[in-house]
Amino acid sequence: MSTQVVVVGGGPGGYAAAFLAADLGLSAAIVDPEVNPGGVCVYRGCIPSKTLLHVAKLLDESRHAKAWGIDFGEPKVDLARLREFKNSVVKRLTSGTGQLVKVRKIQYIQGLAEILDPHTLKVAKTAGGEETIRFDHAILATGSVPAIPPSLKLDDPRVMDSTAALDLPDIPKSLLVVGGGYIGLELGSVYATLGSAVTVVEMTPGLLPGVDRDLVDILAKRVNQAMKAVLLNARVVEMKAEANGIKVSFEGGGVKDGAREQTFDRVLVAVGRRPNSKIPGLDRTRAVVNERGFIVVDEQMRTDEPSIFAIGDVVGEPMLAHKASHEGRVAVEVISGENVAFEARAIPAVVFTDPEIAWCGLTEARANVEGRKVSIAKFPWGASGRAITLDRVDGLTKLIFDPETERVLGVGLVGAGAGELIAEGVLAVEMGASATDLKLSIHPHPTLTETMMESAEVFFGQATHVFRPRR
Amino acid sequence: MIDFRLPELGENVETGDVLRVLVKPGDSVQKDQPVLELETDKATIEVPSSVAGRVTEVKVKAGDKVKVGQAILSVDGEPSAAPTQPSSGGSRSEVTEPLTTGSPRSSSGGAPVSGVAPGASSMAKAVGNAPGPEPNEATRRMIEPDKAATTAREKVVDISRGARAAVEPQAPDLPMSPAAPSVRRMARELGVNIDQVSGTGPDGRISIEDVKAHAKRLLTNAADRAGTTVAEPLPDFSRWGEIDRQPMRPVRRKTAEHLSAAWQAIPHVTQHGMADITALEELRKRYGKQVESAGGQLTVTSIAVKVVAAALKQFPQFNSSVDVAADEIIYKKYVNIGVAVDTDRGLLVPVIRNADTKSITEISIELAQLAEKARNRKLTLDEMQGGTFSISNLGGIGGSLFTPIVNLPEVAILGISRARMEPVYDKDSGGFEARLLLPLSLSYDHRVIDGADGVRFVRWLTEAFEQPFVLAL
Repeated sequence: MSTQVVVVGGGPGGYAAAFLAADLGLSAAIVDPEVNPGGVCVYRGCIPSKTLLHVAKLLDESRHAKAWGIDFGEPKVDLARLREFKNSVVKRLTSGTGQLVKVRKIQYIQGLAEILDPHTLKVAKTAGGEETIRFDHAILATGSVPAIPPSLKLDDPRVMDSTAALDLPDIPKSLLVVGGGYIGLELGSVYATLGSAVTVVEMTPGLLPGVDRDLVDILAKRVNQAMKAVLLNARVVEMKAEANGIKVSFEGGGVKDGAREQTFDRVLVAVGRRPNSKIPGLDRTRAVVNERGFIVVDEQMRTDEPSIFAIGDVVGEPMLAHKASHEGRVAVEVISGENVAFEARAIPAVVFTDPEIAWCGLTEARANVEGRKVSIAKFPWGASGRAITLDRVDGLTKLIFDPETERVLGVGLVGAGAGELIAEGVLAVEMGASATDLKLSIHPHPTLTETMMESAEVFFGQATHVFRPRR
Repeated sequence: MIDFRLPELGENVETGDVLRVLVKPGDSVQKDQPVLELETDKATIEVPSSVAGRVTEVKVKAGDKVKVGQAILSVDGEPSAAPTQPSSGGSRSEVTEPLTTGSPRSSSGGAPVSGVAPGASSMAKAVGNAPGPEPNEATRRMIEPDKAATTAREKVVDISRGARAAVEPQAPDLPMSPAAPSVRRMARELGVNIDQVSGTGPDGRISIEDVKAHAKRLLTNAADRAGTTVAEPLPDFSRWGEIDRQPMRPVRRKTAEHLSAAWQAIPHVTQHGMADITALEELRKRYGKQVESAGGQLTVTSIAVKVVAAALKQFPQFNSSVDVAADEIIYKKYVNIGVAVDTDRGLLVPVIRNADTKSITEISIELAQLAEKARNRKLTLDEMQGGTFSISNLGGIGGSLFTPIVNLPEVAILGISRARMEPVYDKDSGGFEARLLLPLSLSYDHRVIDGADGVRFVRWLTEAFEQPFVLAL
């Protein structure tokens, strides 16, 4: 067969690209090993984890409800039922994307692709047989996979990566989460809420490395309560599979002497993801893979091979679905002859813990590294009427401004529902909104969105609910 | 005392932000010693001094925005520190020369600048090709960077690597021009650097109108530089009746820019001719069905593609391009014929590759497919690139004889008008015969094609149309 655009990898970046190609009137094909498009995000990433996190939050709140005068009793967890619900969510979404493939008349080929030359792919089909695809342009959207360093590799089902953990094999009495990044914290908190005694071990001095400390500090308070232990400045030296569990040896300043060897029922390794750039036949093209394993592209998502584009996790951090989708659409528009580029100023990031952390644009940490002068305005949620009604004052809204133009350069949030609130920040940064713009936009009362407006008021020393005279 | 001023930095780079000043008062500087680390919108570069001596004053600091020609530092010219400079007069001319040179591409235009970032390889290429009958000092250094410059370059590459990885989060280069994503996208489509647009909205906010106005100014300025007249201010047409203003769509704008550039760069000559296609028309009708059943359409255009492709093998100068900068003519060993297609988006020119190796049937099929794609907006960029010669057939609409504009960087274009039955005097019978005549209009670039060759090319075409079996020979 032949097609104008073939997308290798049907994740949120790949299918967004193929769908737009079809909408623009180009013939399009998707090659992916799964039955339907969705990729890691829908099958074993964002979607199943958020399903579980939603249930975990409900569990937490039902326990907390005692303080508000309502006692549900100790909830019973039916793990099989929960797993079924999670799977039904995935099924519903993936069959939806499958439908959209059909109505757009996109050719969907289930299988694994190999590049024969810059205009030809060979697909080893899942159902058996091979298919050769001639294409004008290809978009590589092969994503990423969990990275397991050799020292943490242990051929034992009790040592899991994020994919295995999302399958909820059981609720282990004790769980070690290696890695205090967003994946470790999200999945760790699901298991903690379901009843596991969870230990988190993180190499650096703090959770969520790279994220502004004032945001992390608020989350850390709750994490420290929910988890059995959080070991910072600590590493796993060795893991051994034993009959009664996985025996783990730690080292580093954050480990007490008596705790250097511990045994866990299960271990979740969540130290990061690596790009899936080992695409068979990629070396038959001029595309370049850098030393970190990412395919090198320009701002129009072109590789060094003119007919081949690449998008998503496989071209660089941040490895986020929404970044991939945006890149996919850019690539297709470039292919269709438009002179566009990936030039977003704000890629939002959300950590779906409880409370959530979200940010976009410039962070305070980044400004410090760059030695860039910024003005910062913070609004603690203790002063938000809405946060108090929710009994969730563990939150903070932070705006980062350019001191001269007073424009919003970045937004940082921690608190319940921060992931939804950050969208306003993205719009503010992209539109070049100023502190005055945010201050003068009426926000509904009583909602958490008011904290955005009031942070802007803090910038002028005029917040209604915070008294902080201007320096 | 000599001022060192910021030299030309390269194409379209007028300003930069000072990242670091590498010297301080009291330091002695050598010629070519890097004195400034500058960030432009194209690259991070180290600017070497074109003067030598002891620094008496540094006039800029980190964070400053500096313009080409602005004084950077003052130097006390000491003969000991600048042994190669025979007199201060000499070094003075060194300083001012780059500033008075108009084009950054000219061989003396600008001190060598080492520096690299995304566009750097192409920049280096341009520099490497820099012409010059006798390479002067500056050119020599551009071509063979000395050791100091090389190490400087390596150092700078390191710095700019962060900037190159634009898609990685660690280096979100946040140019904070207050423009919404839609405005930024339009700027890119128009080829406007958003950071250079001044906004007229509150707080300097940049609107779509600001971007358009800026683009218009750029176009006018470009026309100025090319020595053409400035567009005269328009009268208020609404004084005489109702008017309707429509934005130029991208394809229209592109066409306008491209044709203006071609018209300005190329001294055009148009050679007309009439081809007797009476016999060819009979063949076309006879074989039309056969080609149709193969999925194509045997048209005058598809035959013309074949005729022209064969002619280009005989006349290679018509299949060339001019490299003004290198003083060279580039002859292409392949024949890719672009065919102008009229669509509701405007004029598009899909390309038939290696037309010389294809049969008329193959060309007819491909042409039908490309024209269909063009009208359905399915043409990709690839399918419109790489042409070596263009054909524009307006015969379907009518008219006779016109002067097509050469599709730069090609050097010739064939215009075809509607064939007409006309009385032709027949020497043998002494009477007039009705013959079908096809008007041909060849425009060519007089820089590389002489008038006599123009006529020869049209004669060859005419004969090939009249005796199509010539193609087979």
